Amino acid sequence: MITLAAEKCIGCVKCVKACPFGVIVMKGKKAVIGDGCTLCGACEQICPVSAITIERAMKDIDLTQYSGVWVVAETEGSQRVKNFTFELLGKGRELTDILGQSVSCILLGNDVAKFADTLIHHGADSVFIGESEALSRYRAEAFAPVITGLISRYKPCIVLFGATHAGRDLAPRVAASLELGLTADCTGLSILDGLLLQTRPAFGGNIMADIICPYTRPQMATVRPNVMKKMEPDAKRAGEKITVPVKIDASSFRIVLKEILDSPQTGKVKIDEADIIVSGGRGVCTNGGFALLEELAGVLGGVVGCSRVAVDLGCRPKSVQVGQSGTTVSPKLYVAVGISGSIQHQVGMKSSDTIVAINNDPAAPIFQVADFGIIGDYRAIIPALVVEVKKNRGG
Amino acid sequence: MLIIACVKQVPDTSDVKVDSATGTLVREGVPAVMNPFDQFALEEGVRLRDAAGEGAEIVALSMGPPQARSALMKALALGADRAILLTDRAFAGADTWATSYTLARAVGALGKIDLIMCGLQAVDGDTAQTGPEMAQHLRLPQVTYAERVTLDGKTLTVKRQTDTGYEIVEVRMPALLTCTPPADFVPSTPPFSAIIKAKKKPYEEWGAEKINTDADKLGLKGSPTQVKRVFSPPKRGQGVMLEGNSAAAVAGELFQVLAKGGVL
Repeated sequence: MITLAAEKCIGCVKCVKACPFGVIVMKGKKAVIGDGCTLCGACEQICPVSAITIERAMKDIDLTQYSGVWVVAETEGSQRVKNFTFELLGKGRELTDILGQSVSCILLGNDVAKFADTLIHHGADSVFIGESEALSRYRAEAFAPVITGLISRYKPCIVLFGATHAGRDLAPRVAASLELGLTADCTGLSILDGLLLQTRPAFGGNIMADIICPYTRPQMATVRPNVMKKMEPDAKRAGEKITVPVKIDASSFRIVLKEILDSPQTGKVKIDEADIIVSGGRGVCTNGGFALLEELAGVLGGVVGCSRVAVDLGCRPKSVQVGQSGTTVSPKLYVAVGISGSIQHQVGMKSSDTIVAINNDPAAPIFQVADFGIIGDYRAIIPALVVEVKKNRGG
Repeated sequence: MLIIACVKQVPDTSDVKVDSATGTLVREGVPAVMNPFDQFALEEGVRLRDAAGEGAEIVALSMGPPQARSALMKALALGADRAILLTDRAFAGADTWATSYTLARAVGALGKIDLIMCGLQAVDGDTAQTGPEMAQHLRLPQVTYAERVTLDGKTLTVKRQTDTGYEIVEVRMPALLTCTPPADFVPSTPPFSAIIKAKKKPYEEWGAEKINTDADKLGLKGSPTQVKRVFSPPKRGQGVMLEGNSAAAVAGELFQVLAKGGVL
């Protein structure tokens, strides 16, 4: 329930601008909350005199009124939908088939409605589409109230976000405002006794934990990209498209974007979506060996990644760094070249399907997580491998 | 200007094991340190305080068992002016929601603040949730993944990581930042004289009665998430070392095993 104390209202119109659904109007010199309020909380946050309060009855709620699995999509502007969205839809399908519910996708952005069909083909039963200029690039101030409002109104049972920079910025904001539990960076999701069992690594991947949220709804999690399997797209799948009227006045934002500094990507495929990654560390950096790795990645159809040291030494961009302070990857094949394999690096690549380690130090920890290890000089082995691949592929 | 730096005491290793009999974490004998992300945030905070000049103050805030005092002592040695430890049995077992709620209430008890500096995440839980949740509780704008921060009057300019690189944003205080050290960050080691001086700085321990909280929202009771089980991750199968006589031989061997396994 939302209340606006008229005696406190100073008529600053900040809430009118902040309301993403455009339901607050000025009457006389006071703000009035009209019909269609979703309890998203945007006005409550921005009000300088605390005139607006929202009471949420989250204790002793009727859990049965919450139904459906929601996946919050991420796009790269109006270019494409990020891969993890399809992975989560696939997982969502699996969960709802057990629960006997439906999968919805929340698609926010500018000029993104065109993606609704693919989302349906990948498992969504319905897509909520919210479009606005102010949603063209991710920012918590624009996205969090819209999603909070949709959850308040439609009451899903489970909401899944990607454990990306954006998802990890957004999900806790929504969880705190709705007084919900949130499990970070899940690598496993299943249903146990009707509850979402959320499996996640902690302590840098040395410990796994199963987490449940028995008393609050929706159950929310951020999920690591590249872990869940997407379903085969089915062009015959039909679904509902629900347009969410979003009306955001970006002038109400407290954070102003001044400049975008996107790192150059090596190759066309991004590191977190690549099937094959050839990664180099200190040993490769100091000898200009990345050219060899590029060549191998080229013939394999993969991309080149690196350890933190390679970024520190300035020979690779941060965008391709694998590890705890970089990107978590889980390709089909990860080739670690001249990477000793610190625990922080391992966290970022341990869930790869197959790991190959090439290192001249037999004691390198990377060999403990490798499926196949080669002790030796990569400057001889990599070119030999390139020859081998070309030979076998008739290239 | 009043800055709050949130710090957490964490085990000084990622090499933590599970006791297979009890299913709980073995923490015995593992030394505790200040979470490295928090140390970066604190050092940035100290720098901003110095930049702000006369009258600016930075308070280190932590929640934890009485032993967490040592992390706050280090914060004082690194330049914090004052430290507060939220410690109460009622706080125990808190998940990120209950932790952020408790910390937010403590911040509320400190009056008008300008800036809250948090580490991006703690190296034990790795959630990155407590900062943004605190920001939401306090109705503050948040800038996560901050690497560099500069102050100009009441406005902060922040360089933050995104999924595709970096962006530069401006935010007018009050605000909350979660910080992650850039590659070239070297954590300071406080000199002995600073450690001695730290012991004379104001240090307080606050229990639940000291902050205005709803008892139902504290600790385990106030935590929507429950840990059902902790376990060691399944070990990867024993790796195979390939030992050919020459680079060509070993490369051939590798290609064969990968092709056989359907990888290539």
